[in-house]
Amino acid sequence: MDVTRRAFIKAAAVNSAIAAAAVLYPGISFGAWKEMDPSSGKIRWQKTPCRFCGVGCGLMVGVSGDRAVAVKGDPNSSVNNGLCCVKGYHSIQILYGKDRLRNAMVRKNGKMVAVPIQEALDIVASKMKETIKAHGKDSVSVYGSGQWTIPDGYAASKLFKGCIGTNNVEANARLCMASAVTGLLSSFGLDEPMGCYADIDHADVFFTWGNNMAEMHPVLFSRMLANRNRKTGVQIVDFATRFTRTSQAADKTIIFKPQSDLAVANAICYEIIRNGWVNRDFVDKHVSFHSGKTNIGYGTEDHFKFKDEAKGSSFEEYKEFLKDYTPEKAERISGVPAKDIRYMAALYGDPSKKVVSFWTMGMNHHTRGTWINNLVYNIHLLVGKISSPGNGPFSLTGQPSACGTVREVGTLTHKLPHGVVMKEKARQMAAKIWNVPVENIDPKPTYHTVEMFRALDRGDIRFMWVQVTNPMVTMPNLKRYREGAEKEGRFMVVSDVYPTPTTAVADVILPSAMWIEREGFYGNSERRTQHFEQIVKPPGEAMCDTWQFVEVARRLGYEKQFPWPRETYIKDIWNEYIQFHDSPKHRMAPYEVLRKRSGVQWPFVNGKETKWRYNAKYDPACTQEDFHFYGKPDNRAWIWLRPYEPAAESPDADYPFWLNTGRVLEHWHTGSMTRRVPILHGAMPAAYVEIHQDDAAAIGIANGDRVKLSSRRGSIVMTASINGRGQPTRGQVFVPFFDEAYLINELTLDAFCPISKQPDYKKCAVKVERA
Amino acid sequence: MPVFSYLAQPVPGGKKDLLDELGKVACCEVVPSDNEELLVVVTDTPDQKAEEDLQENLKGLKSLQCLSMTFGHVDDKTVDP
Repeated sequence: MDVTRRAFIKAAAVNSAIAAAAVLYPGISFGAWKEMDPSSGKIRWQKTPCRFCGVGCGLMVGVSGDRAVAVKGDPNSSVNNGLCCVKGYHSIQILYGKDRLRNAMVRKNGKMVAVPIQEALDIVASKMKETIKAHGKDSVSVYGSGQWTIPDGYAASKLFKGCIGTNNVEANARLCMASAVTGLLSSFGLDEPMGCYADIDHADVFFTWGNNMAEMHPVLFSRMLANRNRKTGVQIVDFATRFTRTSQAADKTIIFKPQSDLAVANAICYEIIRNGWVNRDFVDKHVSFHSGKTNIGYGTEDHFKFKDEAKGSSFEEYKEFLKDYTPEKAERISGVPAKDIRYMAALYGDPSKKVVSFWTMGMNHHTRGTWINNLVYNIHLLVGKISSPGNGPFSLTGQPSACGTVREVGTLTHKLPHGVVMKEKARQMAAKIWNVPVENIDPKPTYHTVEMFRALDRGDIRFMWVQVTNPMVTMPNLKRYREGAEKEGRFMVVSDVYPTPTTAVADVILPSAMWIEREGFYGNSERRTQHFEQIVKPPGEAMCDTWQFVEVARRLGYEKQFPWPRETYIKDIWNEYIQFHDSPKHRMAPYEVLRKRSGVQWPFVNGKETKWRYNAKYDPACTQEDFHFYGKPDNRAWIWLRPYEPAAESPDADYPFWLNTGRVLEHWHTGSMTRRVPILHGAMPAAYVEIHQDDAAAIGIANGDRVKLSSRRGSIVMTASINGRGQPTRGQVFVPFFDEAYLINELTLDAFCPISKQPDYKKCAVKVERA
Repeated sequence: MPVFSYLAQPVPGGKKDLLDELGKVACCEVVPSDNEELLVVVTDTPDQKAEEDLQENLKGLKSLQCLSMTFGHVDDKTVDP
C-alpha cells in the first residue's frame, strides 16, 4: 500500500465532510476531490459504472498502487449524483475474494487440473472444431449474460453468427427482460424505453408494478423519495403481491393475486374510458388498435412453437372488449377491491398529474409477460402520458448491460446488432461489416434459452460456452438442465471469476478478468452507454472475456475477422460496432466522447443526447409534429386487446401455495460475487422462506424453524422467516435465489411467455411442511 | 498532530473570496463544491500552537459566514480535548 496513515486520516476527514454536505445539500458535487492525489495519500480516482444491477450508477474507484482501495459515487453521473447503494459501496471487494479463479482448469480423468491458459484455449478451439465436424454447426453454442460488456457480446455474436454460422447465441437476459423487449416491439416497433431517469424528478405519481424498487433499484428509489420530500402531493403506489420495503415507504400498497395484474390493468383502462379521461386528441393522432392470438399456451413441452398474429381493431371494439373488465369483475379475479382499481385509474386519468409506471421482474417473469407490458403501455397511451418529462411507462432492467449488450448488440438467437436474422437486409449489413459471406448468416433462429438447455439435454447441442453467468443456479426446473449438462458427450466451457455450481459441471474453466480489470462498456436501463478503463490488473492468468473470443476465433481460422491488436481492440470493436447504429434513431456516441463523460444517452445526434424518444421536442428522429411513433409502419403506437389468462401452474389441493422467487438488497443474482464480500454476506448470510404468520401457525411453524418446500419437480429444506423483511400474503411463500446452498430453481417451472420465451419464476405451486 | 475537517459556508456571493483567503492559510486544504456555495476545509497541524494559530486565522476570515466541524482526529496529547 502506498497510503500513509496520515494521508488515510485526511482522506477520511474529507469524506466525512462530503458525506455531511450531501445530507445538507442533496446532489452536491465535489469534482475537485478526485484531483487531490498528492494530499490524499496518492489515491488515483477513476470513473466506472457500477457492475451490479441495471441502474448504471457512476462510481469513482480509488486506486493505490495496483489495488482498488476505495469507492465513492461519481458526482458527475446524472444517474446517481454521487449516491451509491450498499452493493455499490462494497463493489471493489468482489475483486479480492480468496478463491478467485487465477488459472485455467481442464478436466482430465474426471478431475480439474490447472493448465496454462493458452493450452486451455487450444483445447476449447479444437473441441469446437471436432464437435462441428461430427455434429454440424448448430451443435455448438454460447450462453452469456446482461453482465457481458458490449465488446464481449459483440465478439460472441460475430464469431458464432458471422463466422461459424450458427444462431446458437443466447444470454441470461432472456430470463430477465425478454418480455420487456417484446412488449416494446409489439407496442412501439422499437426496443428500449422512451423516457429516462429524469422522469423521476418531474413526476407527481409513481406506480411500482410488482416491483420492489427499495431493494432492487435502491438508488432510483431514493431519487423517487427525494422527489416526494421536495414537492407536495407526490404519491407512490406500490402494486404488489407481497409486502416489502417498498411497501413500507409507499403512500399506498395494493395487493393483487399472482397473474391477475392483467385483469387489473384492463380494468384501469375500462375506468379511464368510462370516466371520459381518454386524451382523445393524442389517441386519434398517435394510436392504433390491435388484437392478437389468445389461449397461447405455456411452452412447457420441448420444441414448443408460437407466433403471434396482429389483427387490426378499433377504439369501439376495444371499449367492448374491456366490458369483461369492470372493476367488480377484476376484483373477483385479482382480489383487489374495486374502489382501489378506481383509485388507480383516477390517478392515471387526472390530467393535472404526471405519472410514471416502473416495473422489472414482476411483469417480466410472467407467462403473459408480453401482454402485461402491452397493457401498462395501453394505460399510458389512453391518457397520453408518455414520452414527456415526468410521464412514461418505464421497464427497468436488472443487469448492468442487459440493454447495452443483449438488446443493442443483439446476443439472442433471432437478433443481429441491427435487425433480425430473418431479414435479408439485416444479414447483408452484418455480413458487410463483419467481412463474412452473407450466406454464413443463417436466416433461421435456433434455440431461445430454455430450449437451448433442452437441446443440450437432448443432445442436439454438444458444446456450450458459458460466460459471466451461472445457469446451474438460475435455470428454472434446474435438475433437468444440470443433468443434461453432465451427460456423456457434452462439453462445457465456463468463463468465470469464482467457482460456482456452473464451473462444477465444466470441462474447461477459463479465468476471467472482471469489470475494471479490463476495458469495456455497459449500457443501462435509460439508453445510457458507459465506458470504463482498465483500472487494475487481473489476477494470475485471468483474461478479458472479449479477448478469450479473439484467441479462440483466431485458432478457428478467423484472423481476418478478429484482427485487432491487444492494445486497442476494445476501441477498434466499438468503432466497428457503432456502424450498425448509424442513424438518428440509434446513433451511439464516439469512443472519445464516452471516455470523457460519465455515460451518454443514445440516440446521440449532432453532439446531443436524446432524453425522450418519440417526442419531436427532444428526439431528432421525429419527422412529425408533437409525437411521432416512428417504430411502427403506421407511425402510431399500438394499443393491444390482451385478456387475462391464468398461470401455467396454480395452487391446488396437493400443492396449495404459490411460490414466488426473487432477490434481496445485499446480493447480486446468484451471490457468486456478493457472498464473498464479508459485510454483505454477514448482513444476509443464507436464503430463507417467507411465510405468512397465519399459514405458519396453521402448519405449526415458528420463526426460524426448518421447513420442507416441495413442488412437482423437487424439494428443499430451509429456514422459515415470519414477519421478516418481506411478508407474503396468505397462500404464498417467497424464497430469494442468491444462495447456491438452497437451489430453489429445482422447484420452479420452466413455463414461459410464448411470445418472449421468458420463463416465469414468480408463479408455481408448492406445499409447505415442517421438516 | 490533529486533523479536522469542516464545512465552510461563505457570506452570500463570497465563495471565490473565501477560497482565495483559505488558500493563504497555513496547514489548511480546501475542496470547493462545484454546484453549491460550500467548501470542505481540512486542517492538519503539527502541534497545539499551530492549531491555535490556525483557529485564530480562520476566525478572522472576512468572507466566512459559518464553519461546522465534521471530523476530528488527535493521535497524541498536543491538543487538549
